[in-house]
Parts: sequence; structure tokens; C-alpha cells
Amino acid sequence: MSEQAIFDRLFGAGGHDIASTGLFLHGSAQVGDKRVTVIGTRDHAAIDGPLALRIAAAILQAVRADADTAPRPILFIADTQGQALSRHDELLGLNGYFAHVARCVDLARRHGHRLLTVINGEAVSGGFLAFGMLADRICALPDAQVRVMDLRAMARVTRISLERLEELAGVSPVFAPGAENYWRMGGIHEIWSTDDNWPDRLAAALASATDTDGRAAIGLERGGRLLAAPTAQLVADA
Amino acid sequence: MEQFTLTLPSSPLPQDIVRAAICGVVSSGNLEVLVEPGATRDACEIVVNTSAHGFRDIWEAVLKDFAARHDVGGLRLSINDAGATPAVVSLRLDQAFETCAA
Amino acid sequence: MNGRRISYFEASARMRLSGLVDADSFSEFCPPELRQTSPHLAQLGAPQAFDDGVVVGRAKLAGHAVLVAAQEGRFIGGSVGEVHGAKIRGLLDKALVKRPAAVLLLADSGGVRLHEANAGLIAISEIMRAVLRVQAAGIPVFALVGGSCGAFGGMGIVTRLCAEVVMSEQGRLGLSGPEVIETVRGVEEFDSRDRALVWRVTGGKLRRTLGEATRLVDDLIPAFRAAAADLIARYQAHPLAPASLVALLDEQARLAARSERFAGARDGREIWQAAGFADASRVPELSVAEFNLHLGETS
Repeated sequence: MSEQAIFDRLFGAGGHDIASTGLFLHGSAQVGDKRVTVIGTRDHAAIDGPLALRIAAAILQAVRADADTAPRPILFIADTQGQALSRHDELLGLNGYFAHVARCVDLARRHGHRLLTVINGEAVSGGFLAFGMLADRICALPDAQVRVMDLRAMARVTRISLERLEELAGVSPVFAPGAENYWRMGGIHEIWSTDDNWPDRLAAALASATDTDGRAAIGLERGGRLLAAPTAQLVADA
Repeated sequence: MEQFTLTLPSSPLPQDIVRAAICGVVSSGNLEVLVEPGATRDACEIVVNTSAHGFRDIWEAVLKDFAARHDVGGLRLSINDAGATPAVVSLRLDQAFETCAA
Repeated sequence: MNGRRISYFEASARMRLSGLVDADSFSEFCPPELRQTSPHLAQLGAPQAFDDGVVVGRAKLAGHAVLVAAQEGRFIGGSVGEVHGAKIRGLLDKALVKRPAAVLLLADSGGVRLHEANAGLIAISEIMRAVLRVQAAGIPVFALVGGSCGAFGGMGIVTRLCAEVVMSEQGRLGLSGPEVIETVRGVEEFDSRDRALVWRVTGGKLRRTLGEATRLVDDLIPAFRAAAADLIARYQAHPLAPASLVALLDEQARLAARSERFAGARDGREIWQAAGFADASRVPELSVAEFNLHLGETS
């Protein structure tokens, strides 16, 4: 599906005004009876310093725009292969640029903007951590790829054979790539199917978004992450 | 991973240990030893969890030597090992003993 | 304090903690004897640790109540798995209730633990949100970076979320490690075996010059302690205010200026030259005192 076709399906034809420039998306769209700000990355973007700053600037602009009015929700569209890998980006402190984006997301949340993420394409590692993963509610479109690292690279780093990793990937949601695995662990709230009415699902997701981080509890409930919630509780209660 | 438990006769530790203690870090060629009060006064219970397979005989020799050299009755030692040599295991066990004897 | 010169870099997480906080003040939460270990390592044939590579608890520092977390870099690279991450997150949740003078995060980590990659990534995201929440409540989190793994991957992001970042020159801070960049982009892009280059791109002096680290200290546990104690005193006098729109617009401008000014830079020497060091190639040889004196004179 083309990008425009996906926007049409998400917001209805004519229900969106989103500019795509390079690897960056910015605009607004209609979700139910609400107008939302849309900020995102496209074309499996590798997120570098300048792109991180464009995302951050768009979030700050959204917060500033609603300083004297009811804060409009922000919808992140995430399509990222991860962080840009270069010596230049590391030298300037790409982690610091990502932290800045995260602070901007947090500012928007504290100012009362509800935050939604739709994963379209890929959500990988640092690029996902930077903004999409920090939303109140995270939805994956059908065929969305979500991972830290593919199994081949993982085999190289951990020195565990690819055959063994592939064999275990079938039974363990804990390390194998896949949106379904993240859903079971509470890292993704919803996975949509092609047959779903996406505008309805978007409106419902927005209505159910809250500003508390319930992912560990969801992971426990879905049986994919049994120790995170009780361990955090053990420490918090000590 | 290979796991086994040994219960080795040893003279009782002169004084009861107050709290659990941990020695060492699990890293390549190294191990950690957790020291806790055990169930019986005149034996030392040792639980070994190791990533190196097929060295149980050597473990038994090193651990028996340790239980003979020190009065460690009444202790329970739990070991997480990432392929340490017998010399490193002995050293870490001695450190664990000193920690709870101090 | 004892006068022993204990290297922070060489010390274990537990040694760092015991030298950092007031004597006998540390009390551990979820200690090793609870055996809250990773359930995911055994299936991949990797040994577990009773504390899953992170020590968390409460302590006093110069008499002030603090909560502390210390990652053990020697256990699977200080990596964040399900339990490891949940211990840090639980500590931050506790901070909201107990309101300590500060939370100290002794980071020593390459980031997500690949053996449990999905759980680790989600855990880091949870830690990020928890750090932001704690600081929005006015409780500062200080990151201390001086271990052999530095702070990379998601822990590099977490570190930069903290109100203060104390580093030694030996400490390293970044997102993708040099080995990863070399593997993907080739040795011409980043030669991970060129240790001097690695430190010029990721090390404490470079990070301090850019303002990514807020203090540079000697590689000694007492030096980290002194910096943390001083920072606590400063935040007691001037409590942390939640990040405002104005503050983040300033940061936006600062980072944009950095990207523009150093658009083609690939080596710390270029940053040091711009910062007014007379001989940028000699910066790695300067003592911490000389280096700090220079920054103080020019900034």
C-alpha cells in the first residue's frame, strides 16, 4: 500500500493533511471528532541527529500551539530501521539527541496531550525507543516488523548458532523479532488486521489512552513478561 | 547449563553467620559464590550451576578440598559459574569463607 | 574516608557502591539471596547471576538519603534484561514515594541484553519513562559513568535523560558502540580497535567538552563520591524544576547549533579545537584538573 493509501485508510480520504519531506512526516489528521497532530518517520528511516531534531521541533511546536487551548492529541507514525550508524553521529552524541526527543514527548504528555503511535513498516531498537515507544498507546499495522536486531546479527554478537536461535525463536517471545512477541510482552498495545476498520480502531485507541505506563502489568496479564511487574513491585515495596 | 548439589562433611563454622554474603562476579572464566546459613551444623551444602559441561569430577575435588581446609559446617554455598579454572574457584571460595568468618 | 586510591573503572558494582556511599549505610533491595534471576538465560546456555547484574538499594551520601542502582559491567556487559530492568524501574517508582535527595544510577552497560532482547528494549523504555517521571516530580537522577562498558544503547539514552552526568575520562557514552558501527559500515567508518580514536569519539573528555557530561572526575571512587555529594548539596539549595517548554526550546537550539557547527566532524580533536584548546591533539594527555581548569577559563 502506498503512503497516501495508508493515510486514506487511517483517516479517510480527505481526512488528512500530512506533508512528507525526505524521511519526515508532519501534518494533521482527523481521528473521530478530534483533530490530531501527526509526526513521523518514513521509508524505514535511519534516525540521525537532524531527523531527531525535526521530530523534537514538531513536538515542541505542537505543545506551544496549544498552550492556551485544549491540548490536541499527537499521533506518531513510526517507520524506522533504528538509529543512524556513523562515527559523526556518535561523536556529536546521538544518544543525547534521542534523550532530547524523549524529554519533548514527556513535556507533551505533562501538558495533557494524549500520545498515540502507529507502527507502519519497521520499528527497530534505538529508533523506536526515541519516540514511538514512549506514547501512551502503541498500535501496529498488519505486517509491522518490530525488533532489536535480526537473528543473524544476534547470532554473531551472542556467539549462539543461528540454527539454535531460529529453533528457540519459535517457542520464546522474549528475544525473537515480531510484533506479536511485543504484544505478548506488553510493549505493543494492539495489532490491527487488514479487515479492521482503522479509523474506528484509531478513535478507540485514542479514547483508551492514559498517561500511566501500564506495560509491565499488560505483559504479565498476556503471559509474555511474567517477572517485570512483580520484580519492580518487590523493589518498590522493599 | 549443568547443575548439581554436594553435601560435604565439615566441622561447624565457629560462629553463626549474620547475613548472606556474595563474592565474585559471573563473567567469562569467573564465578560468584553466595554464602548463606545451611540446614545442618556438621556439613556444608554446595549448589553448583555451571556453563561448562562435564567437569563434575574436578568440581568435587576442589570443593572437598575446600570443606577439608576450612570449618564450613552449617553453610550453604550457591555457585554461578562461567567456566572458571579450579584455581579461580578455590580463590573465590576462600574469599567467601573469609567474608563470613570476618 | 580512607586514602586508598581505588579505580572506579576496575571496581565491581558492589565495590563502587560501598566506596561511594556513607560507611555501613547501604541496604539492598531484592538482594542475591532472593534469587530473582533471569529465567531466559539458561535456555541459551548462558549462566545467570543472583542479582541479574544490578545492585539496587537505599543509602546515605554525606548524610542525605539516596536511592542507588549499580550495574555490573562484567556480567553480560551490564546488559538490561527483564529482571535487571525491572529492578531499576522499581527503584525509580520507589523514589516517587520516598523522595530521596537524589537517585544515583551507576551505569555500566552496553544496553539491551540480546538473550532477552524484546524484554530488555521494553524495560529500557519503561526506565526512560520512570526517570522522566521522577525528575518531573523534582527528584534529580544522577548518572555516574566510569565503568568498562560505559553507557551505550538504551542506557546511553537513559544516561542523557538524567539531570547530571558525572564521567571519568575512562568512561564512555554513546548510542551505537564502535564495534557495531564497524561491523555494519566498515573499518574505514570506525576502527573499533583504535582505542585512542574510540575515546576521542565517546570518552569522558569529549562528552564533557560538548556538555553531555556535566562533571569530569578522576578514575577514583572517592572522586565520584565527592562529585555526587557536591551535586546533592547544590540540588538541596536549588531544587530541580521540571523541564519547561522554554528550557526544551533552548536545548533544541543548542543541539541544532552543534549539528550545524560540527556538520562534518568525525573526531574529538575538531571539538576540542573549537573549544579553544591550544593543542587539541594533546587533550587526552591533560590531567583532569588541567582539563577542568581550561574548560572553566573558556566556557
